Amino acid sequence: MTYLIRGGTVVGPTGTTVADVLIRDGIIAEVGPGLDATGATVIDASGCWVGPAFVDLHTHLREPGREAAEDVASGARAGALGGYGALVAMPNTEPALDSVALVSYVLAQGAKTALDIAVAGAITVGRQGTHLAPMAELASLGVRLFTDDGNGVQNPLVMRRAMEYAAPLGVRLAQHCEDEFLAAGGVMNEGPLSARLGLVGRPALAEELMVLRDIEILRLVGGKLHFLHLSTARSLAMVSAARREGLDVTAEVTPHHITLSDEACAEFDPQFKVHPPLRGVDDVAALRAALTTGVIDAVATDHAPHTPELKDLPFDEAPAGMLGLEHAAALTFEALGPSPDPVTFFSLLSRGPARVAQLRASDDRVGLSAHGASMVAGEDANVVIFDPTVQWRGDKNALASRATNTPYDGRALVGKVRTTIVKGRLVVHEGALQ
Amino acid sequence: MSLRGENLLTLAGVSREAILEVLDTAESFVEVNQRTIKKVPALKGRVVASLFFEESTRTRLSFETAAKRLGADVVSLAVASSSVKKGESLRDTIATIDALGLDAVVLRHKSSGAALQVSRYVPHVRVINAGDGLHQHPTQGLLDVFTVRQILAERQGVQGAETGGELFAGLRVLIVGDIRHSRVARSDIAAYTALGAEVRVAAPGTLLPSDLTGWPVTVVEDFEEALQWADVVGLLRLQNERGTGSFVPTLDEFTFTHGLTEERVALLRPSTIILHPGPMNRGVEIDSRVADLERSYMTRQVANGVPVRMAVLYLSVAGTKELA
Repeated sequence: MTYLIRGGTVVGPTGTTVADVLIRDGIIAEVGPGLDATGATVIDASGCWVGPAFVDLHTHLREPGREAAEDVASGARAGALGGYGALVAMPNTEPALDSVALVSYVLAQGAKTALDIAVAGAITVGRQGTHLAPMAELASLGVRLFTDDGNGVQNPLVMRRAMEYAAPLGVRLAQHCEDEFLAAGGVMNEGPLSARLGLVGRPALAEELMVLRDIEILRLVGGKLHFLHLSTARSLAMVSAARREGLDVTAEVTPHHITLSDEACAEFDPQFKVHPPLRGVDDVAALRAALTTGVIDAVATDHAPHTPELKDLPFDEAPAGMLGLEHAAALTFEALGPSPDPVTFFSLLSRGPARVAQLRASDDRVGLSAHGASMVAGEDANVVIFDPTVQWRGDKNALASRATNTPYDGRALVGKVRTTIVKGRLVVHEGALQ
Repeated sequence: MSLRGENLLTLAGVSREAILEVLDTAESFVEVNQRTIKKVPALKGRVVASLFFEESTRTRLSFETAAKRLGADVVSLAVASSSVKKGESLRDTIATIDALGLDAVVLRHKSSGAALQVSRYVPHVRVINAGDGLHQHPTQGLLDVFTVRQILAERQGVQGAETGGELFAGLRVLIVGDIRHSRVARSDIAAYTALGAEVRVAAPGTLLPSDLTGWPVTVVEDFEEALQWADVVGLLRLQNERGTGSFVPTLDEFTFTHGLTEERVALLRPSTIILHPGPMNRGVEIDSRVADLERSYMTRQVANGVPVRMAVLYLSVAGTKELA
């Protein structure tokens, strides 16, 4: 099919231009004003932002093992509605993605979807934090990110060995920063509210000490390091300093850490339970401010589906995690303030994460196309149309995800994905799966 | 704001007037408990479910006695396990009991917030929190202030209700021990301060809440000095079952720093009242001989549990919600 996206604000890496985008044979064929629509299906995009489809660095697709909450297919549909062209499937499945067989399985499931599904492999076998997973073999399958997410690698010696091993492979390690001794038993942010509610706190210190530790290990052994879902001002300050030094450190924040504070836990609603926890308002403000300074490479969802029966348990027994894919763009738009810059918006949701996941170039071994396009002719046609004027409400019953554990049910949102084109195919149009 | 027709989930934010209404109502029920026939038909035909998901003897007996003395039918379920271990979710358990036709649930649960969560499951049922995790134990807070008012009023030869809340103005309350893990402390602090008392807390550094911002209390630096200051000393049970082992080096050490020993009792002024919510760890937070002193009102606290819980059930279940 050939599509002509007419009259949108085309968002490049450094600026915007009102232009048409012609998509043909899976490629952005032409970008410019007044393009010829002959033979093309015309999509009017006036008033909308047209840019590279989003890339999520942090998606829990729950397959294999917990398909009652989500599977690759349902997660991909949710992603498409959220404007995503590529998702990085996290390895904390059951069993964990720590072998060729398991990674191949998820890649094969991903290939059946309309999206590009990349896989992050486990750093250690079974995510147990003791023995290194076969990173070289997994890298040969196209795995570019490794993480034990859900847990951080607690043992500093194991983390050092992992970094030493990963560096020459050219892959990036991604750390869930929480020291389990300090966070033990904690279910929400440690602060005045946790003390008042009688809920055990997970202190910011648990995150910050591991950020500090891993930056120091990186300085010693080299390589590429990514920090998952950073949630505190101190964490960002350390990342910023490390980057100034020239260390290859990247960082993501989640939509929830930039739009919700720990006050959301005041009514003991487990929908707001997540690790790292929602922080105090000062940290939320610091994270929002940092979105535009370049220290944050990506807004990544940490989309964490859970079945209703689990999320309905008492707060301390309920699992941590919340959905993200279908609301992330609107929440990022909100967090960017009163007049969001479209270049920053696409940097956080597409180009930045594509760079971190090494998805800027296509990978024929696994059939993944190139993401985070500059929106020029010749690039793979992974494109999203985002309408920054639409006002809508989160609705847990209107999600494509199999799970319903969104903390944004009923919340007023601004800005919505209208159209998602992946590899030249119209996957979502007018906000609906095609 | 009154408790009439409302849930009782927490004492945080509950007004002085609402607390005094409970105390005055409880006082009228004290007399009922002294009759030969200790029953009034205030809740006749109503069904109260007593759901204890965590071990408790005294609180459960107290609530069930209170409900029965009001003429209610009591459905009792004691399950000392988490909902997960039990295999049935809290929501399903509540739905099952609710299907029997309930007017009120008295809930004890190891999870902070469980009572609030249950109140969302069954909005048509009145929920009384009988202790949720480390969060709140509102009826304990109420019976503690009731007991203090009763004792102080007796000393003046008047009824507590005649004094309203005036006996709490400037009353000096010292709460000692495991504040961090204590739902009793959270409820007590709310109750005492709502009535105008001044509250100080004394504990080893690890047993203070991790963040006291917004708590209307002062942390005492000198325990002995605070004992001389206090009108009321409220002890807390050292919560061994909550992993307190790693919070203090040894029980002996806790006794050394914060136990109410005979030596320390000698520092108290003659009028000072000693309270403990029970069950006591004799020899740990309180010396056994101190526990048996006349100024130690633990038995009175237990006795007052029944009329206070009668008042709570009566107001909450039979009361009509105030118009906003």
